[in-house]
Amino acid sequence: MRGADIFRFARAAATGYPLRTGLSVLAMAIGVAAVVVLTALGDGARTYVVSQFSSLGSNLVIVLPGRSATGGFSPANAVTRTPRDLTIDDAVAVLRTPAVQRAAPLLVGTSEINFSGRLREVLVAGTTLSYFQIRGLKALQGTLLPDDDWNRALPVAVIGVKIRDEVFAGQEAVGQFIRLGGRRVRVVGVLAPSGQGVGFNADELVLVPVALSQAMFNSNTLFRILIEAKSRDHIEMAKRDVAALLKTRHSGEEDVTVITQDAVLATFDKLLVALTAAVAGIAAISLAVAGILVMNVMLVAVTQRTGEIGLLKALGARAATIRQAFLAEAAVLSIMGAVLGYGLGEFGAFAIRTFYPIFPAYPPAWAVIAAVVTSLTTGILFGLMPASRASKMNPVEALMKH
Amino acid sequence: MALIELVGIERVFHLGDTEVHALSKLDLVINDGEYVAIMGQSGSGKSTLLNLLGMLDSPNEGVYKLEGIDVTTLTPDEQAKIRSQRIGFVFQSFHLVPRLTAAENIALPMMLAGIPAVERARRVDKALQDFGLDKRSDHRPDQLSGGQRQRVAIARATIMQPAMILADEPTGNLDRATGEEVMHLLEGLNASGVTLLVVTHDPVLGARASRQLVMEDGKLITDKNNSASSSPTLPD
Ligand SMILES: Nc1ncnc2c1ncn2[C@@H]1O[C@H](COP(=O)(O)OP(=O)(O)OP(=O)(O)O)[C@@H](O)[C@H]1O
Ligand SMILES: [Mg+2]
Repeated sequence: MRGADIFRFARAAATGYPLRTGLSVLAMAIGVAAVVVLTALGDGARTYVVSQFSSLGSNLVIVLPGRSATGGFSPANAVTRTPRDLTIDDAVAVLRTPAVQRAAPLLVGTSEINFSGRLREVLVAGTTLSYFQIRGLKALQGTLLPDDDWNRALPVAVIGVKIRDEVFAGQEAVGQFIRLGGRRVRVVGVLAPSGQGVGFNADELVLVPVALSQAMFNSNTLFRILIEAKSRDHIEMAKRDVAALLKTRHSGEEDVTVITQDAVLATFDKLLVALTAAVAGIAAISLAVAGILVMNVMLVAVTQRTGEIGLLKALGARAATIRQAFLAEAAVLSIMGAVLGYGLGEFGAFAIRTFYPIFPAYPPAWAVIAAVVTSLTTGILFGLMPASRASKMNPVEALMKH
Repeated sequence: MALIELVGIERVFHLGDTEVHALSKLDLVINDGEYVAIMGQSGSGKSTLLNLLGMLDSPNEGVYKLEGIDVTTLTPDEQAKIRSQRIGFVFQSFHLVPRLTAAENIALPMMLAGIPAVERARRVDKALQDFGLDKRSDHRPDQLSGGQRQRVAIARATIMQPAMILADEPTGNLDRATGEEVMHLLEGLNASGVTLLVVTHDPVLGARASRQLVMEDGKLITDKNNSASSSPTLPD
């Protein structure tokens, strides 16, 4: 029997029993659609996180107080190595290393903002002008923080646009005095809307000079030092130099962690790829279920068409031909399911993108190919048993069942 | 020339502890172009014999030579090839594939044999004409009468131009007039040289054959050849 004829015969057999075929096609389609949609979600999350991280700034090196977990945690460490403060002077010193373009100290705390009786809890970031430059934040109104001595605590603040809208309710904000954690502070600028950001959203932030925040929160240690390396090629050097510098400044103790944005990104990327793959794997279980359904449908088909199998043998069909015909039928079910499921999945991803435009839910090519190939293989694998049962039938007995 | 040669054929079925000798010590020679009616009581082994001749079944013992070849030693695929090229089956219950049209049912043996579609269409068209089915080519079996169904089945059995046709009670599901019509068709094929073996319960139909075999308990009890009076076939 010719390949095209086998396919046509199988297709006619599949469409000859619409309900049964429809159900197994649907099961296969749901499995494929699940893989397509879930990987679209996973990959969308990955793309989203990566793009958010990139918006933090470029060529970023970040200093955190304390040893990172990669050094291993042991109770002994916890007792003997109380980390030294990460200070403003550390940040100033970092500026002098050759690979560093800019550095910004960062201290974060929550406080209460009060303007003529309107109160709101806010996140306060103590920092310097360089922070705005590193993160690419621009003023919508007024100015940014003054380019001042980092250790001077000028009572000024730059506020996010959302804070302005909520606390000033349409009034002019620049030049007004607010109370921030009990201190009188003058608003000098309003930030341009920045969109979402990882960690904290600049639209809901109040930024003050770092020395003022130290006084407000009664803290000497910084939350972070953000460093911009001179170029992409300087990132590793900046990381090394800064780590060495801080070690000497902290009397030989490695009590800070220096990470690069690239490393963080790579970690997140890996994590989210793994997550996507795991989700795809779970969805693929439904493909196995669909495969079992295809097997059932084919077993029913073999039983129902026993007489036909006997006839085919009487007409001179070889066992291999009968096996191929039934395998082709299973493949036809799977192909229809895979095509329908792919369509459904793409539609689902499209719907997600339509309702959540910031979420780039595109199914990755590998997942689409894997879903379609898996559905085909499961269909054919689970079709093997019924097909071989059909081919081994005794023609005389098969002909009697009619 | 001998088309079929059976020597010492035994076919035993086991039903629990009991053995059923469906065919026992059967010797038979059928020549090319003969018209043979096989008769006998129910359970006498007629269908078993026909299945064996069609290589749908194998004997437990004995030799079956078809056109001089001992077919019992062939592989299943070789047997399938002979079935495809030399043997046509006609069944009591027609055995048409319900989802296929008359034309597609007739083309089925050619499709299985890998004959190209163009050639298939040509031969099917001719067969539809010959069997008076040209207006029914697109009808599915459930849209055909019993007589039309059997005509489709006969067209299918002959489409590969086999050497012999094995018909197991081909008129069993038809009324007398339609059965008559179907027998005419089969006899016409025999007249054109195809060997015809028909199993029947009807003594009137059986009497039309040039040779009558009567079976009982798996044995041939009568082998009557009246070819001298009615058959124009050559003596050897
Ligand atoms: N697959 C089988 N298993 C067991 N016994 C069988 C089988 N096939 C046939 N037989 C037995 O073999 C004997 C011959 O059966 P067969 O079908 O050849 O009879 P038949 O002459 O065709 O009868 P009928 O006129 O009723 O069709 C019967 O006794 C039957 O019961
Ligand atoms: Mg019978």
